Amino acid sequence: MKTGARTLIEALQREGVDTIFGYPGGVVLPIYDELYDSSIRHILVRHEQAAAHAADGYARASGRVGVCLATSGPGACNLVTGIATAYMDSIPIVALTGQVPTALLGNDAFQESDITGITIPITKHNYLVKKAADIDRVVREAFYIARTGRPGPVLIDLPKDVTMGVVDEVSSPPPAEISLRGYQPTYDGHVRQIDKALDLIARAERPLVYAGGGVILSGASTELREFVETAAIPVTTTLMGLGAIPGDHPLNLGMLGMHGTQAANYAVTECDLLIAIGVRFDDRVTGKIEAFAPNAQIIHIDIDPAEIGKNKKVDVPIVGDVGRVLRAMLARMQKHGDTANWVNRAGTWKAQFPPGYRDDDRLRPQYVIQQLSDLMKGEGIVTSEVGQNQMWTALYYCFKRPRSWITSGGLGTMGYGFPAAIGAHFARPGETVVDVAGDGSFQMNIQELATVAHNNIPVKVVILNNMYLGMVRQWQELFYDRRYAYTELSPVDFVRVANAYGVEGIRVEEKAEVREALETALGHDGPFVLDFRIEREENVFPMVPAGAAINEMIGVRQP
Amino acid sequence: MTSHTLSVLVENRAGVLSRVAGMFSRRGFNIESLAVGTCEEPGMSRITIVVNGDDAVVEQVMKQTNKLIDVIKVSDLTERESVERELALIKVAAESGPVRAEIMQIANIFRAQIVDVGTRTLVLQVAGDTDKIDALEKLLRQYGIKELVRTGKVALLRGSKTVKSSK
Ligand SMILES: Cc1cc2nc3c(=O)[nH]c(=O)nc-3n(C[C@H](O)[C@H](O)[C@H](O)COP(=O)(O)OP(=O)(O)OC[C@H]3O[C@@H](n4cnc5c(N)ncnc54)[C@H](O)[C@@H]3O)c2cc1C
Ligand SMILES: Cc1ncc(C[n+]2csc(CCOP(=O)(O)OP(=O)(O)O)c2C)c(N)n1
Ligand SMILES: [Mg+2]
Repeated sequence: MKTGARTLIEALQREGVDTIFGYPGGVVLPIYDELYDSSIRHILVRHEQAAAHAADGYARASGRVGVCLATSGPGACNLVTGIATAYMDSIPIVALTGQVPTALLGNDAFQESDITGITIPITKHNYLVKKAADIDRVVREAFYIARTGRPGPVLIDLPKDVTMGVVDEVSSPPPAEISLRGYQPTYDGHVRQIDKALDLIARAERPLVYAGGGVILSGASTELREFVETAAIPVTTTLMGLGAIPGDHPLNLGMLGMHGTQAANYAVTECDLLIAIGVRFDDRVTGKIEAFAPNAQIIHIDIDPAEIGKNKKVDVPIVGDVGRVLRAMLARMQKHGDTANWVNRAGTWKAQFPPGYRDDDRLRPQYVIQQLSDLMKGEGIVTSEVGQNQMWTALYYCFKRPRSWITSGGLGTMGYGFPAAIGAHFARPGETVVDVAGDGSFQMNIQELATVAHNNIPVKVVILNNMYLGMVRQWQELFYDRRYAYTELSPVDFVRVANAYGVEGIRVEEKAEVREALETALGHDGPFVLDFRIEREENVFPMVPAGAAINEMIGVRQP
Repeated sequence: MTSHTLSVLVENRAGVLSRVAGMFSRRGFNIESLAVGTCEEPGMSRITIVVNGDDAVVEQVMKQTNKLIDVIKVSDLTERESVERELALIKVAAESGPVRAEIMQIANIFRAQIVDVGTRTLVLQVAGDTDKIDALEKLLRQYGIKELVRTGKVALLRGSKTVKSSK
């Protein structure tokens, strides 16, 4: 006989969990008591939202399932934004929440909230466990569902009497096999579809690969690279696909979409075959959907059948795992078209129209990112907050590996990057982790300075401080007649804030000091905050205005 | 825009209906009717959903429904040979003798049953396809319908074909 809480901890250990990000409270006391002397490390965050983001960052950095834990009611509700963030980007996390005892469920009991009801739309699946004997099975299923197929968050709600209850190991041993008759993902692409795709590829004159988060999730960067090199096809990636192919690869045209490069957006508009790999035709990518890839036939490889044809009609759908499908395509490919002219053309766009800014003696954010990129050399992990800081990093940092870039793309959650960086550190402890932040976003989870100080987590925060909600201000400047309605932020002395938490920091006001400051931070063996006072009204360009076709960019050199 | 009848086999678990119905409303799919109950398989239920939309919408509906872990199988019965039935209870005003007689005659023609006789009302039970129930309702409206309830459509494939768990 053992308690439900004990059963839970053992089940988590069986899933290989080594770290949990959490915050305690009344109904999770039995779980905390078991955690106290278990082998699982618990990181106490300072807000439950950060626990969910840290679990998510852990998952993105490692490819394993991240785990967070919160108490019922307010604790569980504080996880919601983090769960939704993971859901939108297809990230495998398991969120554990305490719940009031089953006898009180539905009674508006103290700190009761219907967290399974609340999270139905933002989880891949969720569970309310009604008896201790179900814990083993539910944990197994939850991890399985989270990490397989199209990954996503799963929540397990655990009433206090369930974790306090007893489980008889003899009468209810942990299940050996999982059988879910309603859940059987497809991994292998249909051979006939693959051959149809290969036929289009063989005949295409101007093929383009549009690759995204699915490549990273599948762990298929090597296959992607071999595929585009073998068939000589230029590549553009989404924000989520950065790092799937090295940023300095000759065939890589960079990011496409609203803040994509000119080369990428022109290539999409002119290609005659678009090979979409692990992407979901998001509106930030497509702009005006009818004008997206208007001259192309489309092949779409995705593990989720519901993504195929959702936003754009495709000619050859292939449901399956990117890695497996690309391997099959490589094995079956007999010939490919002559793309030399097209590759040249794309290369010329890339050389003529790189993302650019005025490189004068002012402290500009793009320069900070370029210096950071230069110092990091493609090693380590960069997370970001949301807004201009995120887009400058996407455009000016050279990502060379998968899982080296961690950002909230689908939900665009300000406050994500800092806790995600904490999670990434625990996934890959030896590596440098940098959060590129905006001054607005950083203040959404600034309390996590306490977590990094307390545990000496060597995360570096690079604040691109424009004292604005810069991305929103940019829209106001361009489309609302420069009426900066409530987007100006008061100056904050982030170095003193960091110091108050016991974290070191430097403020940088001159361009000439940028490199040295970055070197100091990266060389420091603990957390560090850099407060870069950048040009306040710098904008992110290129930019596709809302509703325009993606080749109609503003703030660019005209071809 | 056409009506499609979907047969959805689901795990018989707490919350499954709210998962399905919530997904429909969240994604803006229009449910015309929904009927749920247990079925021949232990531990499963069958939901019949009538949804309105063009082909692309209905394809999305089916794919999104299929994605729910508790959904075992989804089939569109619309283009296939199927039997579709709905049941309605209609309480109609019937004060005077002649009116009663007329209503009972109409009931007869529609093979509806009188399941309750009150001093001022009759309750009719009718089963059939949607058109039949609509027609009866229209006819009875002249007498004054006091209350009406419909179960929503249920449907099965004709012959030996079935919608079973093979997903
Ligand atoms: C301020 C801001 C600006 C933005 N601007 C841009 C922009 O200019 N350009 C841009 O690209 N994005 C931009 N985004 C991000 C955008 O909102 C989307 O998050 C992003 O474009 C989606 O990337 P994706 O298509 O790669 O899909 P993801 O969200 O990464 O989804 C992955 C896809 O791969 C599939 N998949 C998962 N696993 C596998 C597997 N093993 N095998 C096969 N398929 C799999 C999934 O089913 C899904 O369809 C911006 C976001 C913000 C916050
Ligand atoms: C939680 C949340 N609230 C609001 C927004 C809308 N939003 C998007 S970008 C942005 C400004 C971000 O400001 P800052 O973090 O300073 O970054 P900057 O754009 O200045 O680099 C806002 C408010 C959001 N994405 N997330
Ligand atoms: Mg800012």
